[in-house]
Amino acid sequence: MHRKVAANGNEAIANAMRIANPDVCGAYPITPATEIMQRFTTFVSNGQVKTEMVLAESEHSAMSACIGAAAAGGRVATATSSQGMALMWEMLFIASGLRLPIVMGMANRALSAPINIHGDHSDGMGARDCGWIHLYCENAQEAFDNMLMAFKIAEHMDVRLPVMVGMDGFITSHAIQTMEWIDDETAAKFIGEYKSTNPLLDIKNPVSYGPLILADLYMEYRKAQEHVMSGVPKIVLAIANEFEQISGRKYGLFEKYRLDDAEVAIVVMSSAAGTTKEIIDQFREKGFKVGLLKPRLFRPFPYAEVGEALKHLKAVAVLDRADCFGGSHGPLYVDIASALYNYAQRPVLINKIFGLGGRDYMPDHAEYVINELLQITKDGKVKSVKEYIGVRE
Amino acid sequence: MPTSLSLKELSKKEELFSPGHRLCSGCGAPIVVKMVMLAAQYPIIAANATGCLEVSSCISEYTAWKIPWMHSAFENAAATMSGIETMYRSLKKQGKISDEIKFIAFGGDGGTYDIGFQSLSGAMERGHDMTYICYDNGAYMNTGIQRSSATPFGADTTTCPAGSKCPGKLQQRKDLTKIIAAHGVPYVAQASPSHWPDLMKKVRKALEIKGPKFLNIIAPCNRGWRSQTNDAIRLSRLAVDTNYWPLFEIENGVTRITHTPKDKKELMRFLKPQGRFKHMFTSENEWMLTAAQEHVDAYWERLKQEQECFAPQSATRPPNPEHLNWQ
Repeated sequence: MHRKVAANGNEAIANAMRIANPDVCGAYPITPATEIMQRFTTFVSNGQVKTEMVLAESEHSAMSACIGAAAAGGRVATATSSQGMALMWEMLFIASGLRLPIVMGMANRALSAPINIHGDHSDGMGARDCGWIHLYCENAQEAFDNMLMAFKIAEHMDVRLPVMVGMDGFITSHAIQTMEWIDDETAAKFIGEYKSTNPLLDIKNPVSYGPLILADLYMEYRKAQEHVMSGVPKIVLAIANEFEQISGRKYGLFEKYRLDDAEVAIVVMSSAAGTTKEIIDQFREKGFKVGLLKPRLFRPFPYAEVGEALKHLKAVAVLDRADCFGGSHGPLYVDIASALYNYAQRPVLINKIFGLGGRDYMPDHAEYVINELLQITKDGKVKSVKEYIGVRE
Repeated sequence: MPTSLSLKELSKKEELFSPGHRLCSGCGAPIVVKMVMLAAQYPIIAANATGCLEVSSCISEYTAWKIPWMHSAFENAAATMSGIETMYRSLKKQGKISDEIKFIAFGGDGGTYDIGFQSLSGAMERGHDMTYICYDNGAYMNTGIQRSSATPFGADTTTCPAGSKCPGKLQQRKDLTKIIAAHGVPYVAQASPSHWPDLMKKVRKALEIKGPKFLNIIAPCNRGWRSQTNDAIRLSRLAVDTNYWPLFEIENGVTRITHTPKDKKELMRFLKPQGRFKHMFTSENEWMLTAAQEHVDAYWERLKQEQECFAPQSATRPPNPEHLNWQ
């Protein structure tokens, strides 16, 4: 049944893939996601899955093979990080534009140059607008759970879009944590059988994939894609409800931690949320009304729901583990600002850039940010909207 | 029953690449595609690299393809087909599909020799059961006749224009057919639509062999070659008859010339009708004609030696491919 284990994030994702039992996986190694496919190919070699591998010569080809395989008509999964995702970038748009339900595990890692193998969100944020559904995970448990749900979301008949599941490189991908497996049979039944739509392999009903579409119809196709994307949050929630029935674990579009009665809050994704919660508890014990919002569904971004959850606050700090160069704010900050802009009464919003290239996010960083938020509630003064924290000056 | 390769019999077969596509009149590519499809005796699924053939054959909401067909990007027809073929193998093993299907990837020389080279090399090495067909027109014709690594020596293109300081392309073509043969794949061949029985036999042979196969087929482009719209077949014949485009195959490491011109012609007979080589016929560029002729002659001599090296009476044998387990 539900077995408690010690596992890392890569192992969690590899096991979710084993349970999903894809028909084809295209793969190419890259740190820190490599272990996902090392573990998964061990399942293949030992006959624990029916999967046929395409061990491609690059991530571009790995994603291209996934695209061909998904169009052919079957379940497809892969995993990558960083430069690998950057190399795939062209094909990410093609996977979503062709409405192919590919599922990809992602151990988020910094982008070159300078080359750095450690965790940050530059890769995922770089692929932010490519038409994929993005789910982000705090720990190995969430990586396992989200990966299972990802197959069901991607393959839902009203979705048929690719999904990427992000966890922090090394911090989550490699750190061994306590988590709970769901027994294979229950989890496999939850995901269900793959249903193909317009498979290339149906030679009696030939279809053409990937036409040229010019100015006369391109915009209509894009609008249709956006329409499908806008319906995704509702389906993500419905699938989370089903998942709760088998796991006992509750997932929303985002997680609210001590947020409803809070006056100030931090918005942060992935593993940094864990550290932040710990510090929030300490502040709460001292009587300060502090909370957290941790986005889970990052694309499509649930602007209305996030806005509703944050509008009552006096001050909010958005922590970005990636930056947008060019004098702008971090990508998450921009989304949170968009979610709040249309409210007449809205919190003061500040942006902290943290943890780039695997720089540790420490408890005193969270403390520093919360103290600043509390100070803003007293004097209303913002010393600077955007600031790098945990950085050598 | 296999259809015999007679025009009478072939004319009765349904054309799977239909009229109404938007390729230029006189383009060699659709001629090649039609010959390939007519030769095939199995259901075919095709992948297509971005290029003239792709943009002109499937423009929403029309398609010229009466078979399942997929285009995903420029540099990845071989990788895309790897995925399709692997899904086929997976579903077949699981008993979810029983049809006997063959897989063909089409790419132009840009999508094959250059930007798609890595993807092609990877697919050949992995041993997918697919036939990759390059229709080689010797430049990036779709984007407006830019130089590729398949562009012949001396050619005037829009990115190596013949000028007073630089008389066109100064490098020889990449010998892709032999590069793919060097992957140790069971079958590679060069063909020309002028010699259609030879072309169709090679397609049939390729489709019967398990594993990765590669066919390089010359496909004249009157826009890029600056020739007449009714010249595609005449020029592809001249390419063969001048030994510019030798017809040969390499099967399990054994080279065989499949056609030796009875009346070998000077290379300039192939170059002269094409505007892209016009500057080579001026007195200051005479050296270019000599250099081009010498290269063609040397290549042909070497090809003959390669054929003799593994001839049936030769003591030298290629590595035994029997142990290889093609997908």
